[in-house]
Amino acid sequence: MKSKWWLIALAICLVVACLAPLASSSPDGLERVAEDAGFIGLGQDAPYQVIADYVFPGIENEALATILAGIIGTLVLFGAAYGLAWLLKTRKRRTA
Amino acid sequence: MHIPDGFLNAATVATTCAVSAGGIGGAVRIVGKKLGEKQVPLMGILAAFIFAAQMLNFPVAGGTSGHVIGAALAAILLGPWAAVLIMSCVLIAQSLIFQDGGLLALGANIFNMGIVASFSAYYIYKLVTWLAGANRRGTLIGGFVAAWFSVFLASIFCAIELALSGSSPFGVVLPAMAGVHALIGIGEGLITGAVLGLVLATRADLLQLQRT
Repeated sequence: MKSKWWLIALAICLVVACLAPLASSSPDGLERVAEDAGFIGLGQDAPYQVIADYVFPGIENEALATILAGIIGTLVLFGAAYGLAWLLKTRKRRTA
Repeated sequence: MHIPDGFLNAATVATTCAVSAGGIGGAVRIVGKKLGEKQVPLMGILAAFIFAAQMLNFPVAGGTSGHVIGAALAAILLGPWAAVLIMSCVLIAQSLIFQDGGLLALGANIFNMGIVASFSAYYIYKLVTWLAGANRRGTLIGGFVAAWFSVFLASIFCAIELALSGSSPFGVVLPAMAGVHALIGIGEGLITGAVLGLVLATRADLLQLQRT
């Protein structure tokens, strides 16, 4: 059981992602400063959109679209960072 | 604090991209040498947790919100170099998949929220636990103080980049960024302390890995 502690931790992360629709939609610190100081207009949108602004495209229910975006991102990042760490560790063993 | 494209000029983009690329290169080398068996899944968990937690904007004064950066938590649990790698993974995915933070601004975002936040948090945590003792109390106080400073200092560097880019004068953007992030940093401190408390209660051995 102890070796699978990360499964429980990953489940906690997914629960956190499911709380995302409750998040405040007010502008964040930088956006607020950019609005107040009058340079928010300089910002450019990305040239393409995948899951822009954490809302999965094509789903009417915004809470559901946000949760889906959160779950995808959480799993992608677990996989990416786990994979990177695993690669670095295996490479170390080969060169050692 | 994710900078979109358009806020930074070419010189700032080039400089921050070069520094961050060098930082990631150094992190790959050092983490590759030091990483232990137990730390591989922890890297994945921290990246997943930081991504999820960053979606939870909490309200701060005056119709503004903030979210955690998470670099302090990663730096305390895994060291500053691993934290730079974790933050880079999160920021790259946010920019590429979720259009949060510009592509050209990625270097600046990795510098502020990855390199500055991770290293400042790590050394401030070391200092506070040295002063307060490496016990439960010291860990929680150190986590709170380190997390607050990581947000505050990241926002100062962000403001410097914006001012150097000519988006806004120093005298306007520096106090504004520092002021609002001094508040957001309290949230970062409380959440970092709460997660460290949970780790101490369930997997205190994870905090010991750093000392070996």
